[in-house]
Amino acid sequence: MTRRRAARAALALAVAMPLAAQAPRSGFEEMGPAIQAMQQDDMANPGMLSVQEGEALWAQPAGPAGRSCAGCHGEAAASMRGVAARHPAFDAASGAPIDLAGRIQRCRTEQQGAPPLARESPDLLALSAFVAHQSRGMPVSPDPDPGLAPFRARGEAEFRARRGQLDLSCAQCHEDRAGGRLGGSLIPQGHPNGYPLYRLEWQRIGSLQRRLRNCMVGVRAEPFAFGAPEYVEIELFLMSRAAGLAIETPAVRP
Amino acid sequence: MARVLLNVPRSAARGEVIEIRALIQHEMETGYRPGANGEVLPRDIIRRFVCRYGNEVVFQAELFPAISANPFISFTTVATESATLTFHWSGDNGFAQTETRVLAVT
Repeated sequence: MTRRRAARAALALAVAMPLAAQAPRSGFEEMGPAIQAMQQDDMANPGMLSVQEGEALWAQPAGPAGRSCAGCHGEAAASMRGVAARHPAFDAASGAPIDLAGRIQRCRTEQQGAPPLARESPDLLALSAFVAHQSRGMPVSPDPDPGLAPFRARGEAEFRARRGQLDLSCAQCHEDRAGGRLGGSLIPQGHPNGYPLYRLEWQRIGSLQRRLRNCMVGVRAEPFAFGAPEYVEIELFLMSRAAGLAIETPAVRP
Repeated sequence: MARVLLNVPRSAARGEVIEIRALIQHEMETGYRPGANGEVLPRDIIRRFVCRYGNEVVFQAELFPAISANPFISFTTVATESATLTFHWSGDNGFAQTETRVLAVT
């Protein structure tokens, strides 16, 4: 091994160290006790309003066939348990990963024959929150399908790619400087285990894609459009990185 | 109808101080923010919240534009007799919503 190669290996090890050294830590741990209490109390967590809304939509017929989600899937508490913990999952029909909101959309257009719900629309967020809520407390367990490997690798490349006028990558903050501070705010490790979540800054519930756009705008990069495959790839990588953390949907974050 | 999360005990001992928490879904648009087209969005907020215990008003609040979306109000009262608690929110654009909960006092 040449000296340069050895140095590069050492550097790669040093770069890989922070993630290996840090056990995954949910953003929940980084919040103050007041917001933690807000998230844990279902009567004070404003995200539960969306879950309630989603529960109503679950039973509401849509499309010309007049079928509801409950018509096929029955009790969500049984049929949807653990679903959010393993998404994005491999979708054999398209040969690509599909996220939970995408799966709901697919069901809506193909099974119910109803018009699709816009990404980030209150109804789609409510349904996603209701479905994901059924997995609350379960560990994130990424889909082991080997077909996902190239998409996951692409997601990781996106995560490590410098972007925007500030020329920053996700990893530079959420891996190398996780636990440090950006202005007054603590930098979390950036795990997607509570989405859709209620962000006090937004004053409403929002998706992971909205949160990713937030950071992209923050580094002055051009964000991808809602529903872009890049977001699903990043989510796929983030979920594998967060494996083992408990699902918190609907989480509350500052 | 806006979604509501109401936390009221079903029963209480006479003389007990009970905590009531009420969270309602509402945009609480301040009337100061510009929308996507640059025009200022008209104000749309809840103006008033009243809680009646039987026929008596035990708590009321005026709300203002600085109050965040989905306002959460928590207060206490003394359980005196079995009665219905009535919660009423009213606001801009004819917003009005009433919820009731029965409290059994032993």
